[in-house]
Amino acid sequence: MMDAKDNVANAISAIKAGEEVAILSTKQEVVQRLKAKSSLPLGHKIALMDIKRGDEIKKYGAVIGKASKNIAAGEYVHIHNVESNRMPLTEHMLGYK
Amino acid sequence: MEFQGFARADGRAGVRNRVLVVATSDCADPAARMIARGMDDVVAITQHLGCIAIETATTLVGAAKNPNIFATLLVSMGCEGIEAEPMMSEIEKTGKPVAMVRIQEIGSIRQTVARGREIVAKMVAESHQRKREALDVSRLAVGLKCGGSDTTSGIAANPAIGVMADMLVDAGASVVMIEPIEAIGAEEFLASRAANKSVQKQVLKWINDEEKRWTVPGAGIDFMCRGNIDGGLTTLEEKALGAIHKGGHRPIKGVLKNRRGCLETVPQGGGFYLQEGTHEEIPAITYMAAAGANIIIFATGRGGVFGHSICPVVRVTGNPETWARMKEDMDINASTIMEGKESIEGVGKRIYDEVVAVASGKLTISEQLGLDNFAVWKYDSRLEALLGLL
Repeated sequence: MMDAKDNVANAISAIKAGEEVAILSTKQEVVQRLKAKSSLPLGHKIALMDIKRGDEIKKYGAVIGKASKNIAAGEYVHIHNVESNRMPLTEHMLGYK
Repeated sequence: MEFQGFARADGRAGVRNRVLVVATSDCADPAARMIARGMDDVVAITQHLGCIAIETATTLVGAAKNPNIFATLLVSMGCEGIEAEPMMSEIEKTGKPVAMVRIQEIGSIRQTVARGREIVAKMVAESHQRKREALDVSRLAVGLKCGGSDTTSGIAANPAIGVMADMLVDAGASVVMIEPIEAIGAEEFLASRAANKSVQKQVLKWINDEEKRWTVPGAGIDFMCRGNIDGGLTTLEEKALGAIHKGGHRPIKGVLKNRRGCLETVPQGGGFYLQEGTHEEIPAITYMAAAGANIIIFATGRGGVFGHSICPVVRVTGNPETWARMKEDMDINASTIMEGKESIEGVGKRIYDEVVAVASGKLTISEQLGLDNFAVWKYDSRLEALLGLL
């Protein structure tokens, strides 16, 4: 995780569903452990806590968008459950997956 | 710290000593490329927006004025809307050799190419008389760009480039960053970096204007690429907050104007600047080069591999999978940060050392391969007028 205020973290290597994941701070300290509910590729995001539909998604200690669905801790966080507050993805871009 | 560069008559410093052949519009492009063909350190450029797109002349002139260019030959068709003479006199202000050939005057493509090749061969011979000399790092102007971004760019490559940017500014050099769309969502951080209230206003306007251009109701234009989303970037805000890391933390001294035929160059005296323009890779690099940047640092998570006609491009990847797959095409590996093997500061220092080496003549991978991408972009003045942004 990039900041203590964040509710998502990026995978520094690919994660398989069911794995226990250690969450590292930018100082490489383990700050949390949780079970991954979904598999995710390197660089993609995992929810660090339960997030309600409409809640802010925070990374770098800043708002990167809002949840478009309820998201449980350990779930994969991406364009299927998060949308921008500024510029929503086009239909074409939503087709990238 | 010093590097080995080329001192130019206008006080700026080149890191390369190329001869440039400029087709003033794409009509004359094949002739320009025929003139440059097979000659070492000669590059041919043009713009593909039409011969009456007069704003593009400013960008081409900027490219010719770039200190990496020793001399320029303009190749004109004769009937185009873009006039070559004013371009020539503007380039002459730098004190660099400049000449022109006009196809419709000379009488044929063949004769123009023969005449052009004679002129360029003389320019090349003259360029070889110039030798590198020790120059202070403060005379460098470095442009920053990221593309084919993924989340590793925001976590590893861009923060390391940010360390390098701060080191350059501290050494008295200039650093420039473009791509205003990738500041949408990062207003607070960038505004906090503004040197004063007036610059803060410019920075916020730079971002707000760009948001207006991209949110015209019904336009539905794509603004992120497949690689961004495949690489885990979910929203523009996330992309922006990662992208701005490459700018480091030093005060923003201003936003360089770049519209309606006015292209402000990076002021001498160092410091960090933003620039108006696009985020599209090659044209964005062209704009920074036209403003005087002589080296480009390019962060790429997915592995965007291209070069540029005017500037060496130093590629940095923060993605361990991209590094493993594409290391032959990467100048700097920043993925060690993702793996916890190296600090952001450590990689930043390596990039700084690479900048000094490249400035002194070390060829980047793009240069070794002869990658000479060049493209020109322009604001659509109709849209600017409709949005009240002129």
